[in-house]
Amino acid sequence: MIPAGLEWPLGGLAVAIALYVLAAGLAATLHRSRAALASVYPLALVAALIGAAANLWGVLANHHQGLVLPIGLPVIGLHISLDTLSAFFGLIINGGVAATALYGIGLDRARDLSPRIEPFFAIFAAAMNLVVLAGDAFSFLFFWELMSLTSWALVVARHDDAAARHAGHVYLVMAAMGTAALLFAFGTLAGASGTYDFAAMRSTSYGPLASAVILAATLAGAGSKAGIAPLHAWLPLAHPAAPSHVSALMSGVMTKVAIYAIIRVVFDLLGTPAWWWALPFLILGAATAVLGLLYAVLDCDLKRVLAYSTVENIGIIFVALGLALAFKSGGYTAAAAVALAAGLLHALNHSWFKSLLFLGAGAVLHATGRRSFDHLGGLIHRMPVTAALFLVGTLSISALPPFNGFVSEWLLFQAVLAGPVLPEAVLRFMSPAVGAMLALAAALAAATFVRVYGITFLGRPRSGQAAVAHETSRPQLMAMALLALLCAYGGLFGDVTVAMLQPILQRLAGAALPGTGTGPTAFSLVAFSADRSIYDAPTIAVFLLISGTLTSMLVHWLSGRKTRLAPAWDCGFPDPSPLTQYTASSLSQPIRRVYATSVFGVREEVDMPPPGDLRPARLTVWFTDYVWNWLYAAPAQWLVAVSARLNAIQFLSIRANLMMMFSALIILLLLAAVWL
Amino acid sequence: MTGTGLILLFGQSIQMFLVILLAPAITGIVRQVKARATRRQGAPIIQPYRDLYKLVKKETVVAETASWLFRVAPYAILAFTWVATALVPTFASGLMFNWAADVVALVALLGAARAILALAGMDVGTAFGGIGTSRELMIATLAEPAMLLVALTIALTAGTTRLPEIANFLVSQPMTVRVSLALALVALIIVALAENARIPIDNPATHLELTMVHEAMVLEYSGRHLAMIELAAQLKLVLYIALIVCLFVPFGMAPAQAGPGAWAVGLLVFVAKLVLGAALLGIWEASIAKMRVFRVGEFLGGAFVFAFLAILLAFVTREVMQ
Repeated sequence: MIPAGLEWPLGGLAVAIALYVLAAGLAATLHRSRAALASVYPLALVAALIGAAANLWGVLANHHQGLVLPIGLPVIGLHISLDTLSAFFGLIINGGVAATALYGIGLDRARDLSPRIEPFFAIFAAAMNLVVLAGDAFSFLFFWELMSLTSWALVVARHDDAAARHAGHVYLVMAAMGTAALLFAFGTLAGASGTYDFAAMRSTSYGPLASAVILAATLAGAGSKAGIAPLHAWLPLAHPAAPSHVSALMSGVMTKVAIYAIIRVVFDLLGTPAWWWALPFLILGAATAVLGLLYAVLDCDLKRVLAYSTVENIGIIFVALGLALAFKSGGYTAAAAVALAAGLLHALNHSWFKSLLFLGAGAVLHATGRRSFDHLGGLIHRMPVTAALFLVGTLSISALPPFNGFVSEWLLFQAVLAGPVLPEAVLRFMSPAVGAMLALAAALAAATFVRVYGITFLGRPRSGQAAVAHETSRPQLMAMALLALLCAYGGLFGDVTVAMLQPILQRLAGAALPGTGTGPTAFSLVAFSADRSIYDAPTIAVFLLISGTLTSMLVHWLSGRKTRLAPAWDCGFPDPSPLTQYTASSLSQPIRRVYATSVFGVREEVDMPPPGDLRPARLTVWFTDYVWNWLYAAPAQWLVAVSARLNAIQFLSIRANLMMMFSALIILLLLAAVWL
Repeated sequence: MTGTGLILLFGQSIQMFLVILLAPAITGIVRQVKARATRRQGAPIIQPYRDLYKLVKKETVVAETASWLFRVAPYAILAFTWVATALVPTFASGLMFNWAADVVALVALLGAARAILALAGMDVGTAFGGIGTSRELMIATLAEPAMLLVALTIALTAGTTRLPEIANFLVSQPMTVRVSLALALVALIIVALAENARIPIDNPATHLELTMVHEAMVLEYSGRHLAMIELAAQLKLVLYIALIVCLFVPFGMAPAQAGPGAWAVGLLVFVAKLVLGAALLGIWEASIAKMRVFRVGEFLGGAFVFAFLAILLAFVTREVMQ
């Protein structure tokens, strides 16, 4: 018999979560058995598929289900609530888990499994599901912390690596600070009456000061988890340090849980927005988008570049949310719906292509043992399927048609164009600036990923390992193919996904997307109205296919001559050494000169020996990460200095000690006298 | 399909084949004008057609280190550029498939063609391919946002991102000088020079490693592959001239419903405008020297700033676009 309230789809999610926990328990108790460890992934795959089906159902049926379980805090209990927003983000989570679990099935049993990874993987998946299902502040924070800690455990799974330990350290500090900030946010949301329930918070209205505190604390708490600048510093350390399928989950999915938290608090719990709420979103989002890419385009580590690009994409989602807030506060609900749709769609799309790219990076890492661009190259010959699937991810993340990244960017630009309606001069000036930053980010993203793909997969191998790389296992290829298909689906049928989002938009933005279904074909994406903007991806794709095929057939028929293979021409002087190819650093050198000289304080030192001197010439480039130096290293140094100074208190003489205690007492008494 | 639908489809097909058939001639005109301006006789205008024919007929040599991407890329680049060109209103606006992509999508289609070309440049693994890709990426990160901002400025002025609607709007408006559009025009011309690998950013006639960008990327291509790439480059030139013409001098363009009679007039006007644009480009190229690669950043940065000022003005001056 099914207990009341646990009907489908919530029941499906309960089954999924139970399966995750079962898998984790199995792996943890039987951790010596390889088979038990390996069984986590099939179980998680089944759980994720059940969960995703339930989530999809929840989104499509515009379902709202609530439940109070008699566990957790006494009297209050555990509030579980499944609405369309939770279901949509649950879909992102379970879709990502399904792909990564499928990838996990193909892991090398002898080499890759570890009791430090598999149990935490399953619990991590369950925790993320529970965060979006939480219906009260206490359970939300509990599951949030569970998600943080399990992902931390996964980051330090390879603890024999000093870099992973450092990443784990920074991540733990940032996660603790983030949860503390969220505690402030929910504490303020709970108000004087101290209600934990989201439903009660929703019906409370908050003054400007309380709103400001909640907004700032949420941005600090959830924003640091999402990777918004300047709180992003842990992300490019921690995400790449984890095993690749976990990196995919952290970058593709966990950052979206943070976005969920922000949407839940700011759009849902906090009530009607004021116009200035949009400012931090727009400023931080635009800055994050460009800064994340400037890091990414200069970095030389495959997985770190992907992590930095996550920072960029979170920036784009922030901009979309900021625009939605700005329009909503002015009462322009249709424009708010377009902006929010762009943000939600980009969250979904990013979870697909970023997972795909991280899984591809995992395959490369497994095949070559190398993450650094200087040791990769030419993998398209040795890993043709991975290379083809990675190319789909590359085109998607570069926001190029007809793939999915472009659909959400297109919607976002439509929202930017509605900016002149905003009554506040600040916002009206800011929207074109944000548009310019987005345009810059789009172009930089394409450059970044051409570089990633070109250096990793094209050209000639730069190391022995890359030259003897092998194609990855079949389940892993299937996982990547699944994600690549989703990227293509999202690119061609963006309007289908947008139609699915309508109930969320109706509730959070105040209006549904106005143009849906008014285009010339069933698959035209229309933002406002058909005479204002249409993007019809299937038509364009058909045109591309026809024109490309026709031309190649015509040309082949015309030319008739055969193709001859020959050594590369290279202006007549080909050099057989693969070292004569462009490296990742040299490829991005012009971009570095144009953009990074001021942003990263780049200094170049050229040591050119005079003719006759046989020393090698050397070029050294120095980067300064100002964000790290000022916001992380400096306070840490200050903290260490202060605690060293305070350390002296431990070694005072008896007299001084007594004196100090006495004066402390006096001061406290004085304070009490003044206060009371 | 209704009668008008058929006519519109017919018009769309005319446009698709018109642009690709005209493209080599436009490049021929640019070269001819440039030669005349520098007191040379120059090749006949039909020379690019002969070159393409010769390349298609020749044996294609592919480097041993090249992958499938290298062989697919030329057709993909041509397809993306061709579809993008087919979407710009030329002699008539509002043809069958003009609605499928707006200005934002147009910029993205060109971006896709460029990304594929940049990848193809790196595929063989030679230093020249790398140098071309590296510089192209730098130029792209400056030119593409400028282009997008220009597109958004014009979309803002016309209240729509759809090209046919924009053209209709601009035709119907009385002739006035708009500061934001003037700035956008300057930015768009700079971008067009960069995107088409023209002097002063790149030199289409050079094979000197210090100066080349586009030619370095396609250095390994030969035969029919090279023909596709050349044709795509020629198409892109037509696209940019057509785009500038459509946005800033749309006069003479026939509405789609006007039918083939009015189209013929529009066609003549359009070809005249293309020839004029090509001639101006030839004179411009003959009268200016190429820049150092690292000067390009400042030049294109200027385009970006112009485009940003344009959109800022458009935002401030435009009252309400609802």
